[in-house]
Amino acid sequence: METAVIYSIKPLLAISVSLIAGLLIFLTGERSRNLRESWTILASVIKFTIIASMVPSILAGNVIEYTIISIAPGMLLQFRVDALGIFFAITASFLWIITSFYSIGYVRAMKEHAQTRYFICFAIALSATIGVAFSANLFTTFLFYEIITLSTYPLVAHKETPEAMKGARKYVTYLLGTSIAFQLFAIFLTYSAAGTLDYSYAGIFNSVRGNGVSDTFLIVTFILFMAGITKAGMMPFHSWLPAAMVAPTPVSALLHAVAVVKTGVFVVVKVVLHIFGINLLSQLGLGTALAYFASFTIIVASTIALRQDNLKARLAYSTVSQLSYIILGVALLTPSGITGSVMHIVLHAFGKISLFFAAGAIYVATHKTKVSELDGIGKQMPFTMAAFTLGAISMIGLPPLGGFLSKWFLGIGAIEAGQIPIIIVIATSTILNACYFLPIIYRAFFKEAADSTDKTPSIKEAPPLMVGALVLTASGAVALFFKPSLFLDLARMVTASVTGVN
Amino acid sequence: MIQHAPVLIIILPLMASLINLIIGMWRKRLCYPLTVAALSACVLLSFAMLNTVIDHGNITYRLGGWAPPWGIAYLIDHLNAFMLVIVSFISLVVAVYSRVSIEKDMPKKINQFYTLFLLLVTGLLGILATGDAFNLFVFLEISSLAGYALIAVGDDRAPLASFNYVIMGTIGACFYLLGVGYLYIATGSLNMADLSGLLPDLYGSKVVIGAFAFMMVGVAIKMAFFPLHKWLPDAYTHAPSAVSAFVASAMTKVGAYVMIRIMFTVFKPYFSIEVIPASAILGWLAVAAMLFGCIRALAQTDVKRMLSYIIIAEVGYIVMGLSVGNRMGFQGAVLHILNDAFMMACLFLAAGAIEYKTGTRNVHNFSNLYKKMPVTIIAFTVGGLSIVGIPPTCGFFSKWYLVLGAIESQQWVFAATLLISSLLTAVIFFKILVRIYFGNSNENESSNPVFNEAPLSMLFPICIMAAGVLTLGFFSGKIISSVIQFTVPGSF
Amino acid sequence: MEIMDFIISKYNYWMYIILMMIGFYAMIAKNNLVKKVIGMNIFQTAIILFFVSTASKKGATIPIIQHGHGEAADIINTAQYMNPLPHVLMLTAIVVMVSTFGVAIALLIMLYKKYNTLEEDEILEILRTEDG
Repeated sequence: METAVIYSIKPLLAISVSLIAGLLIFLTGERSRNLRESWTILASVIKFTIIASMVPSILAGNVIEYTIISIAPGMLLQFRVDALGIFFAITASFLWIITSFYSIGYVRAMKEHAQTRYFICFAIALSATIGVAFSANLFTTFLFYEIITLSTYPLVAHKETPEAMKGARKYVTYLLGTSIAFQLFAIFLTYSAAGTLDYSYAGIFNSVRGNGVSDTFLIVTFILFMAGITKAGMMPFHSWLPAAMVAPTPVSALLHAVAVVKTGVFVVVKVVLHIFGINLLSQLGLGTALAYFASFTIIVASTIALRQDNLKARLAYSTVSQLSYIILGVALLTPSGITGSVMHIVLHAFGKISLFFAAGAIYVATHKTKVSELDGIGKQMPFTMAAFTLGAISMIGLPPLGGFLSKWFLGIGAIEAGQIPIIIVIATSTILNACYFLPIIYRAFFKEAADSTDKTPSIKEAPPLMVGALVLTASGAVALFFKPSLFLDLARMVTASVTGVN
Repeated sequence: MIQHAPVLIIILPLMASLINLIIGMWRKRLCYPLTVAALSACVLLSFAMLNTVIDHGNITYRLGGWAPPWGIAYLIDHLNAFMLVIVSFISLVVAVYSRVSIEKDMPKKINQFYTLFLLLVTGLLGILATGDAFNLFVFLEISSLAGYALIAVGDDRAPLASFNYVIMGTIGACFYLLGVGYLYIATGSLNMADLSGLLPDLYGSKVVIGAFAFMMVGVAIKMAFFPLHKWLPDAYTHAPSAVSAFVASAMTKVGAYVMIRIMFTVFKPYFSIEVIPASAILGWLAVAAMLFGCIRALAQTDVKRMLSYIIIAEVGYIVMGLSVGNRMGFQGAVLHILNDAFMMACLFLAAGAIEYKTGTRNVHNFSNLYKKMPVTIIAFTVGGLSIVGIPPTCGFFSKWYLVLGAIESQQWVFAATLLISSLLTAVIFFKILVRIYFGNSNENESSNPVFNEAPLSMLFPICIMAAGVLTLGFFSGKIISSVIQFTVPGSF
Repeated sequence: MEIMDFIISKYNYWMYIILMMIGFYAMIAKNNLVKKVIGMNIFQTAIILFFVSTASKKGATIPIIQHGHGEAADIINTAQYMNPLPHVLMLTAIVVMVSTFGVAIALLIMLYKKYNTLEEDEILEILRTEDG
């Protein structure tokens, strides 16, 4: 495959458009809510358009590059858009559009305070997410990674109740603490050993191994990376994610099912594929170790999810477990495994965001947060619960929903790698997923509401903006099963780039 | 013109300070413009010198035309041209800032204040410009004396803090003087360049080793290097806000400069690394300083005192960079001098503005401050993030070089300590920032915060500093390639 | 007896070290702030003594050359003259010392006006009660 490098300012534009939006939102403030919200919508649409306009060129096998500034030799603020980056960016930016509508419906229905701050932080967080997706080296990644943490902190703490402050403190302690202590340290080690931080398809450690870089050093660096990228939610550094569920639901939906956590797994994928490289990891046996570590997280998190009564907490643990699928896929280091894990980024995003949207809609309409309170809610909120069901099925991984595809590829990947235990893990987790999602659906549709005073429950849905959004994402999850070609092509390009170059 | 710049940059503030005193008796209003004008001229001169040094190499100036080693020579190379820019720039920014706070704190003594302030600047610039070891002592004392007096006019506790500073500072200066005396006995010269040529033959001599030790201890006191930092938190906490902003950002850095001069110019680098284990000792003390400063800062409720303890940690960073003995570490240390000067100025100026408007330095009273003074608070946040070392603020970049330097010389403990202290500062600033932005929900909401921002003459300097903190990092590659790399000793 | 010789041959250094330690002790350990300042003075004086003593030579005289410029007849024998430089340096150092002394005394006056005492422990006690 011929890769041509195109120099274009588009990546920078895509990132800065929501920053500018943040500024405009700040300037507009509370004076005109409609104007303020229109900035968000406008920015999200423009952002998506810019990103989408890069897709054909990427599909043609090109790479788009843009260097802002070279700070020091080997330390550049540089963007390089490749298949993996555009894959993640297009997922996040598309879902931002939908989430923007949903958010507006949510904050207005809930009469949230500090809405300006909320929308500003949201815009900045999205900028930084795209920044991570497009970054060309570890330094740029780290920069935007930290900006995400800082800009989402006010969103998690949004309610400003002691509980929210506590959750937010835990959030920032885990994310900032580990990233400075471990991830930054690992970046330092990488730079001092390899002399560069640029992502390369063969892995930058591949070429320096043996030249004064011992295997122990590589293993330590790898462990530091994995411990430092806490956003991926791997155990034992996962507990910030359930704690962050104190945030308003749109935040949980976009940031803690898509932007923030996917940034984490995205960086893990980058480190595995582009810093260490497939060859090196399989020679060191680290891929298998990581796969088993991820498997552990998958099973344990699913088991914990079973016991959660709070709907959002259950979804959070489900996210923890699903994120590890993605890590598991790349850790297998086989073509199908990588394709599966990349596909899971988008498929999980659509499924999980529908689930969170549904949870938020339920909260807005009925102020219910517990699974045990959801008896009979399906009759009251048919659209919401239908979307929820679709999302749940996608999570479980049944056709005809998107989630099936990635599990399929992951399974094949495990066979390619000859890891039969991994297949058992995937199967077990599928059963566990079913165990914690199906009871909710059962309660919603087949149980009578406990306090059903009026026998004919009227339809009482959330605001139309919210319902529209969640129906859209749920149908997206279905559509992805039938027409996954765009994403599948991109995912295959990612796989080809790392396995073909070897 | 430019060949006289090394001495002009000292004479100018000196003359201005005298004129200030006289003119102030007649018109107090003229003091402020005069000070700002004089310091602006200093900034221009310092930039011109830096430019000349970059283009044409070092500038030498012989006072009275006497050739060294008999006469006093001023030698401007990359390192002190760079430092002159930092100090004169910060002094200008602080001078601009000082107007309203001084008018509020000491309306009758404006001229005395600016006289002393300019003397302090004179002293610091003199330390930087001179190439003579004894002349350096004189300037050290000029700056210290002006500093003692300026600190003493602060709040209620200031005189006692200043007195303790006098005692400690005098010990430091005397130790330095003793070291110079021993060097003179051993070599018969006081000129730094001359000394560095004469000394290597005498490195075995106990007199020379003693001289080095005395000078280092003296400088360590002046720069508040652990464990000789006792005087600093009190002095910087109780000083007037403009003064603490200037001394915090400039004075300890000038101390660090003197340390670099002694370790790497007067003595050859291998002296402190191989002949005696000075670098190793300094490195481990720096580790202690980083941890001690941050841990003590954690416990403070007075924002200025907290920042003062952080300075102790920051001084530790700089010394750590010097002690690892390689190019990366040295560059990191020099870069950190610049960055830390900006961060500290930004934070202290913001803290001063908060104190000016709200009358409190206690962080417990900072609740919901964001709504009252958003601009100041954003600047404070930027400074805080830079101390923690979050990119893209400049603090990240110097830490980058410092850690790489530590890794290169296999000093894992140093690298780990630096990261740990970053985490500790993260805790410190997060505690404060959360209070500032979200307030404390338990407190009475009746006192609805209203917009009440500091006056423009304060805000402008604060914003300049915050912008500097945000943008300097991006130019650190350029700064290193055009200036700092030439300051690195040849043997690295 | 080598030790005695060692001490006696360098007696000027011993003197200055003893003086310096007296001053140092007073600065660090004395409770009364005036005594601290006196200790500071002794400390600085000791250093001046040290510098000046390094300049002296046995049998040397003050470095004034009697004939003026241009009449260069005699070759100057440096061993006959004391080294003038340390004296000159110490002139500057004395100025510094006096100014430090002045600042310290001024601070003491401020402190006395404020606390009515110059005993350090009493001042600290007052501060502690202020803090409550």
